[in-house]
Amino acid sequence: MLLRIDRYPAAWMLLGVCLATTAPGIRASDTRASATGAKAIAAQGDAQRGVPPCAGCHGAEGQGNGLAAFPRLAGLPARYLRQQLETLADGQRNSAVMSSIAKALSPDEVSALSAYYSELPVPASSPQRAGSDPAAAAELAEHGRADDRLPACVLCHGRRGVGIGDDFPPLAGQSATYIANQLEAWKAGARPAGPMGLMPRIAAKLSESDIRGVSAYFAAQPATRDVQP
Amino acid sequence: MSAIARSVAAAAALFLAGAVAYVSSTRAEVSNATPRTEAAVASTPSPQVPSDSKRSAFIPPPLSAMPKDDFGKMVRLGEQIFEDPAHHASAYVGNDLRCSNCHLDAGRLANSAPMWGAYVSYPAYRSKNGHVNTFEERLQGCFRFSMNGKAPPLGDKVLVALESYSYWMSRGARVDPDIAGRGYPKLDKPPMPADYKRGQQVYDENCALCHGAHGTGRQANDGSPGFPALWGPDSFNWGAGMGSFENAAAFIRANMPLGLAGSLSVQDAWDVATFMDSQERPQDPRFTGSVAETRQRFHNSSNSAYGTVVNGHLLGSDSITSGGHPRATETSSRP
Ligand code: HEC
Ligand code: HEC
Ligand code: HEC
Ligand code: HEC
Repeated sequence: MLLRIDRYPAAWMLLGVCLATTAPGIRASDTRASATGAKAIAAQGDAQRGVPPCAGCHGAEGQGNGLAAFPRLAGLPARYLRQQLETLADGQRNSAVMSSIAKALSPDEVSALSAYYSELPVPASSPQRAGSDPAAAAELAEHGRADDRLPACVLCHGRRGVGIGDDFPPLAGQSATYIANQLEAWKAGARPAGPMGLMPRIAAKLSESDIRGVSAYFAAQPATRDVQP
Repeated sequence: MSAIARSVAAAAALFLAGAVAYVSSTRAEVSNATPRTEAAVASTPSPQVPSDSKRSAFIPPPLSAMPKDDFGKMVRLGEQIFEDPAHHASAYVGNDLRCSNCHLDAGRLANSAPMWGAYVSYPAYRSKNGHVNTFEERLQGCFRFSMNGKAPPLGDKVLVALESYSYWMSRGARVDPDIAGRGYPKLDKPPMPADYKRGQQVYDENCALCHGAHGTGRQANDGSPGFPALWGPDSFNWGAGMGSFENAAAFIRANMPLGLAGSLSVQDAWDVATFMDSQERPQDPRFTGSVAETRQRFHNSSNSAYGTVVNGHLLGSDSITSGGHPRATETSSRP
């Protein structure tokens, strides 16, 4: 059974706020939709409008939280981040935790925060635990399952899940629980189909143990954007 | 999700899959918007044989069954070359393509010119070069044309490894050039003559997301090959099999768009193949110095756009020389 952190939004919000108080201080009043504004919201939020600091959940460096289902945001494509915040705000994508936060942001803030996180260096990920059958998971991630016409994840998400351009977000070093939650959301029709409707069809072909396996596989890959020969 | 919710969802998915499988049996009429989840949740995997093929195909052993002995090491090297020739056979490769970009599932997928279908079919006479070719010579051809590189010499470790890999996966297959699943299945002729302009529209809607607006493909964020180039200097050259409308249409209809295979109509596939194969790419290595003569000798077919005029441009007249950018002498020096 996957951990649905979304079930307990209030508790996590509270935790987020607590964690954020340890983030480096920037005056909360400075929330203009500029680079510094984005940084301020990321670190401090805007208490008056009920925007909790992003850092509380997504980490001071946007590295996410591997143990919870808080995705890494650092180094994800700006356009992709913006689209996600927009669909979270308009209700097409649904998250008990994130939707209300996304709704509270102005369009300018959404753009500024997306740019801000996309430009943060990709954090070194701490290796996460491999799943129970790592060989089968690696086979699925790297070769897919031809019998099912299921293409390998790495064909679209790049070698080891490093991501390809603006439309194919990185999975490497992403929280395993978060990855699993997204695949479940697509299976349940609870996340918009995205470009060409590719992901819902992929997710529909994955069993629960497939999902556990590939999620652990990608979580365990080094998050990097370094050009390798 | 609770256990009950999950089983309800699974039941719904099963129902949907059944419904869609039914609908997609009349595929050509299915619009792109229709979800295609055929075989989505089937728990007993059945060999994937596209509807075009009536006969059942050979099933190669899983990669995990590769032997661990010295022969197995050579087989494994063959698989690595097949999936990443730019690293493991760099001296002979002039572009960023992988063998597995066109021979899908590491050269194992039936009807995608699988290596087990090829292995049992040589030696064979080929009109392309007018003599009987061994399997090794056939491998050389793909380096020269599809990989826009140069042929590894006969007996080279690269060819030995690829042959070992192909042989290993073919064990148990009948020696028979007509073995079911070999090559790319011939596609029916389109209802209307194929059209470049319509093809461009199909391309923009169904292909550009991955292969790029100008067919150049995309690198992954770490600089490794991502989506393969379909034309231009980094793609296969004018001598390659994928440059024929017939091969390209068959491949595209069976396998593209990736993840949505089968969603294009026969007409769409021919139109987009015509569009893709009517763009400049590296010169045919057999170039005689004259585009007209090269067409006459090697491309004299309605399946090739080489040497014809498209949008006012004589195709082949502005091709960069073949051979691409072979990575000098680095073969096998990288992990
Ligand atoms: C209380 C915890 C919490 C806080 C605070 C929070 N988030 Fe999130 N965020 C989440 C969770 C949980 C998800 C995953 C939602 C899901 O599973 O669909 C998420 C998802 C996202 C995503 C989608 C990522 C992807 O890869 O698709 C973006 C973008 C995002 N958050 C941005 C922000 C920004 C910007 C802020 C600050 C304004 C913020 N978040 C504050 C918990 C939080
Ligand atoms: C045919 C291409 C394709 C394949 C194959 C593919 N994906 Fe995706 N994936 C996408 C696209 C496109 C998106 C972006 C969706 C969006 O924008 O909403 C995506 C997004 C995702 C996300 C959400 C990331 C985030 O930050 O929220 C996850 C998780 C994911 N894919 C997992 C997988 C796994 C696991 C596999 C293999 C079983 C896989 N994908 C195979 C195209 C693909
Ligand atoms: C751009 C696509 C492409 C790439 C890349 C490619 N091939 Fe091919 N290959 C083809 C096509 C097209 C054919 C012709 C199939 C036919 O005529 O039925 C073919 C045929 C073959 C055959 C003969 C198949 C048969 O049944 O007779 C072999 C063997 C082969 N390729 C090996 C390779 C190897 C090894 C590599 C990598 C070094 C490679 N190919 C790269 C497209 C490609
Ligand atoms: C979701 C991404 C995606 C879409 C959309 C897509 N392709 Fe591909 N295409 C790929 C990938 C990835 C490969 C390599 C497959 C492999 O290695 O297993 C490929 C391989 C190919 C190849 C063989 C390799 C080469 O360079 O010649 C051709 C031809 C091709 N695609 C044509 C098309 C056409 C035409 C369309 C539109 C009808 C299309 N593709 C849509 C991802 C895509």
